[in-house]
Amino acid sequence: MEKDTIAAIATAVGVGGIGIVRISGPKAFAIGDAIFSPRRSGKISEQESYSACYGMVIEKAGGKVIDEAIALVMRAPASYTREDVLELQCHGGPMAVTAVLKEVLAAGARLARPGEFTERAFLNGRLDLAQAEAVCDVIRATTEANLKIAQEQLQGRLSKKIRALREELLSLEARMEVAIDFPDDDLPELSPEQLQDRLNRLISELESLIAQGEQGRVWREGLATVIIGKPNVGKSSLLNALVGRQRALVTDIPGTTRDVIEEVINLSGLPLRLLDTAGIRKTKDVVEQLGVEAAKEQLALAQLVLLVLDAERGWEDEDELIFSLCQGKKTLILLNKIDVGKVLTVQDVKRFCPGEEVIPLSVKKGYGFKELEDKIIRFALGSQQAIEHVSVSNLRHLEALDRARKALQETSAALSAGFGYDIISTEVRSARLELGTITGETIDQELVDRIFQDFCIGK
Amino acid sequence: MVRSDYSSYDVIVVGAGHAGCEAALAAARMGCRTLLTTLSIEHIALMPCNPSIGGPAKGHLVREVDALGGEMANNTDKAYVQLRVLNTSKGPAVRALRAVCDKELYRRRMRRTLSSTPNLVIRETAVTELLTDTKGVTGVRTKTGITYWAPAVVLTTGVYLKSEVFMGELKFSSGPQGQPAAQGLTESLLRLGFKTGRFRTTSPPRISARTVDYSQMKEQRGSRIPLAFSAWNNPRPRRQLSCWLTYTNEGTHKIIRNNIHRSPFSADVLEGAEPRYCPSIEGKVRHFPQRPAHQVFLEPEGWNTDEVYLTGLFTSLPEDVQVQVVHSIPGLEQAEILRPGYGIEYDYLPAGQLKVSLESKIVAGLFCAGQVNGTSGYEEAAAQGIIAGINAARYVKGCRPLILSRGEAYIGVLIDDLVTKGPKEPYRMLTSRAEHRLLLRSDNADLRLAPYGYKMGLLPEEKYKTMQAKRERVQAEIERLNNERVNPTTEVNEVLKQLETALLSHPAGLADLLRRPELSYDDICKLAPPKEPLSSAAADTVEAEVKYGAYIKKEKRLVEQMKELEEKVLPSQLDYDSIKALSLEAREKLGSIKPRTLGQASRIPGVSPADIAVLMVYLRGGGAQRE
Repeated sequence: MEKDTIAAIATAVGVGGIGIVRISGPKAFAIGDAIFSPRRSGKISEQESYSACYGMVIEKAGGKVIDEAIALVMRAPASYTREDVLELQCHGGPMAVTAVLKEVLAAGARLARPGEFTERAFLNGRLDLAQAEAVCDVIRATTEANLKIAQEQLQGRLSKKIRALREELLSLEARMEVAIDFPDDDLPELSPEQLQDRLNRLISELESLIAQGEQGRVWREGLATVIIGKPNVGKSSLLNALVGRQRALVTDIPGTTRDVIEEVINLSGLPLRLLDTAGIRKTKDVVEQLGVEAAKEQLALAQLVLLVLDAERGWEDEDELIFSLCQGKKTLILLNKIDVGKVLTVQDVKRFCPGEEVIPLSVKKGYGFKELEDKIIRFALGSQQAIEHVSVSNLRHLEALDRARKALQETSAALSAGFGYDIISTEVRSARLELGTITGETIDQELVDRIFQDFCIGK
Repeated sequence: MVRSDYSSYDVIVVGAGHAGCEAALAAARMGCRTLLTTLSIEHIALMPCNPSIGGPAKGHLVREVDALGGEMANNTDKAYVQLRVLNTSKGPAVRALRAVCDKELYRRRMRRTLSSTPNLVIRETAVTELLTDTKGVTGVRTKTGITYWAPAVVLTTGVYLKSEVFMGELKFSSGPQGQPAAQGLTESLLRLGFKTGRFRTTSPPRISARTVDYSQMKEQRGSRIPLAFSAWNNPRPRRQLSCWLTYTNEGTHKIIRNNIHRSPFSADVLEGAEPRYCPSIEGKVRHFPQRPAHQVFLEPEGWNTDEVYLTGLFTSLPEDVQVQVVHSIPGLEQAEILRPGYGIEYDYLPAGQLKVSLESKIVAGLFCAGQVNGTSGYEEAAAQGIIAGINAARYVKGCRPLILSRGEAYIGVLIDDLVTKGPKEPYRMLTSRAEHRLLLRSDNADLRLAPYGYKMGLLPEEKYKTMQAKRERVQAEIERLNNERVNPTTEVNEVLKQLETALLSHPAGLADLLRRPELSYDDICKLAPPKEPLSSAAADTVEAEVKYGAYIKKEKRLVEQMKELEEKVLPSQLDYDSIKALSLEAREKLGSIKPRTLGQASRIPGVSPADIAVLMVYLRGGGAQRE
């Protein structure tokens, strides 16, 4: 049997720095061709061994750019695993790397088990005997660390939910299995309609779980951000400065709900979508010209608001009005021009806007940007539970949830096609096994135990 | 000094129950001079519990034993009083035959088969000791002081080792149905270093058919379509006997509750140790108090006896309570009890002490099969018996053992579960224990396993050829269904209309039509029959393979994926303690079970995927070097 192709993030997870997605196996280069668009050179599969090329990782379905990356091609056997290996060095943060990995998996790779690259390296004769012990220790260590991470993540509601779903699957299975193995016992019958009903419920619960997991898409699709403030506080300069500091990855992306032009900048891997209506850049007085309603509309699209104040001027009515419009939105207050103005101080702002975060800033001098960027990242990390859902082991969870959902959909199809319990129950079982890979429960005896626990058997 | 042909054999089989009969027949048919010992020749192939053979998973086992060249299926065909197909609506994978047998006929026919088999000697004696030297087993010694020599011994002692019967306050040493218990052998095994455990099971009272009022019961008839257990017997219509169904009631349960303190087993013991698939009626009343009634099936024990078995009324309550219980049941008010029910407790050898070949890890050449390994059921016993017999013969001949995988036989699942997991209650085969049951169907047992039986020299050539012919017919017919189409003619649509399925407007492939859930292979034959009709067995296989084709393919892929692990053999002298990367629990479990392959290792409770990864690394590197 041909070996499958595996992929995983090969660098430690952490914000910033380069993240490497490693792909190993016969399909490594084909996957590269599918999702990587080189800037100047030819296709990945045509590259020579140990060559690097610069380009973009592209979403296969939508054609959207996920991250820029350097692709490193290593042909078998001259690679770590002695298989064809492709490494994508992504410059984005952990979430961009995760997004890239997801794309790689969608293109046909399987998520590698902990230590699997090393294992393949060893099995393919790449490592010598003396390294065997070390390899084993690595496998043990990574697995345990992984398990620990997974368990910590599973302490919460998610784990309860998944356990409950497994229970439900198990009881469905037991209902069918007991009817199969003890056909002469008079046991409660489960009609196909009831079964279909329970399957549909389970499928929709899985779907909503998957959707929750997908909340992390902020990290792939960007954080919609609006810069707002009265005229002449330095909004445009701030925007230009932000764009200038970061390389703009994409310029023309049509907005999702209306024709808004966005600037997308990459902030340590977080795509920051600066919603850029004509108004913000060109008018001197956004509130006057667009009116309060227009400002509201603009704000409605925003996931994050950057409210700019002017340290040279006092807290004016317009500031008061704009601030009140921002209620209910995550807002970072930027006190601009602190290099020249002392009229409005951080303490003042904190008085006017109790409980809000205030960042002293000088766009002109380039002061305060570090803090601003940190705060934005922290907001994206913290306020969304998203960070949990998209970390590596959770990507594993999502995959398992998705496979469980597919198995149940197949069950449902088999049921309507008139297949017997032998098939239906087997399909339900495979869904249960998928969920078991998340919670780490063993399946050994549980079905048999359940049968005897729930049903009075004994013909 | 006795003559050496009286005392020297290739294989000795100790015990002539269902495991012993298959083991002895297999060894003898494979050319080994075989001695089969029994406590009582009259009780060879005794069915001390229910008169039935087969059912889901169990029926599969019987078919598999048959495919390898065993006797149980054929003997059942000759001795059944009723034969039915179960699970007809639940899919081809779980469809199974179940027979009710004439117990006496079953014994007589099996004994005749044994005594007409060349190389096979039957002897009534009690084996009390196993003889060994440094290399392994050398023979057995009997209660009468005779020594029999053989390089291979198969232990098939059933429930007889130090067995004790319980009935209310009574407890006495006895085997089932008044047979003597086997004494001495347990001590001999302990001296050799074996561990033993104790299991328990119960049987119901038997009543006289002449005293039953059947008018209050529901009749359960045998199949009107002729059936046969053995792939090599042609199904023939036959007179059959009916079973009957009645129910317990609140009155019954009250009697039981009022007398539960007289159960020989205290409440907590009662809950812990009895097999859950075969609970006593007192257990059922305790565990499911909300149920107002429990089924009781009346199964006739033969053509020439009035004895009726009360399935569902397993009990070890005192005899006087049993009388009340029986009389409280509709139709049994006047029933005469012929034999009271009883509980029986016996020594067994936890199967973790065996290899997958069923050879003991402790004493080379000693094989164990059947209830002594902690299983229950005639079918499970026969399945192990034939494997132990084959492997004892192969051991004598210096050949590698026959090991069936989980992906190719229920027998493989059974043995792997036994030696890997060490069950905590008597092990009963269930279809849900088999992960690839779509492949392990009853209809294709011969196609799956006859090649092994033939290769072992057990299955005669003409039977093998019959199987090959069936295989070819099946393949040709599947091909025809895939290629042939029917046109949307008036006649065709008329047939389809009668079959209550959608009419055709375009030509349609036969296979596609067969995939319609409402259509069977027989229906397709009405539309477009093959040149020669298929046997019903071949038709079953064709239907399953076409209708379930996609699922079967998927299942085969899964088996393929597992193969890599299943085929990686672990060195038997691997020192797991020295592999520090393994978890402590894994080291301990692996060291005690000594799995044959990585696949088996992966199924040991407490061995994690990480441990398996570690072992893989060792197999390629360190482990292999150390050998």
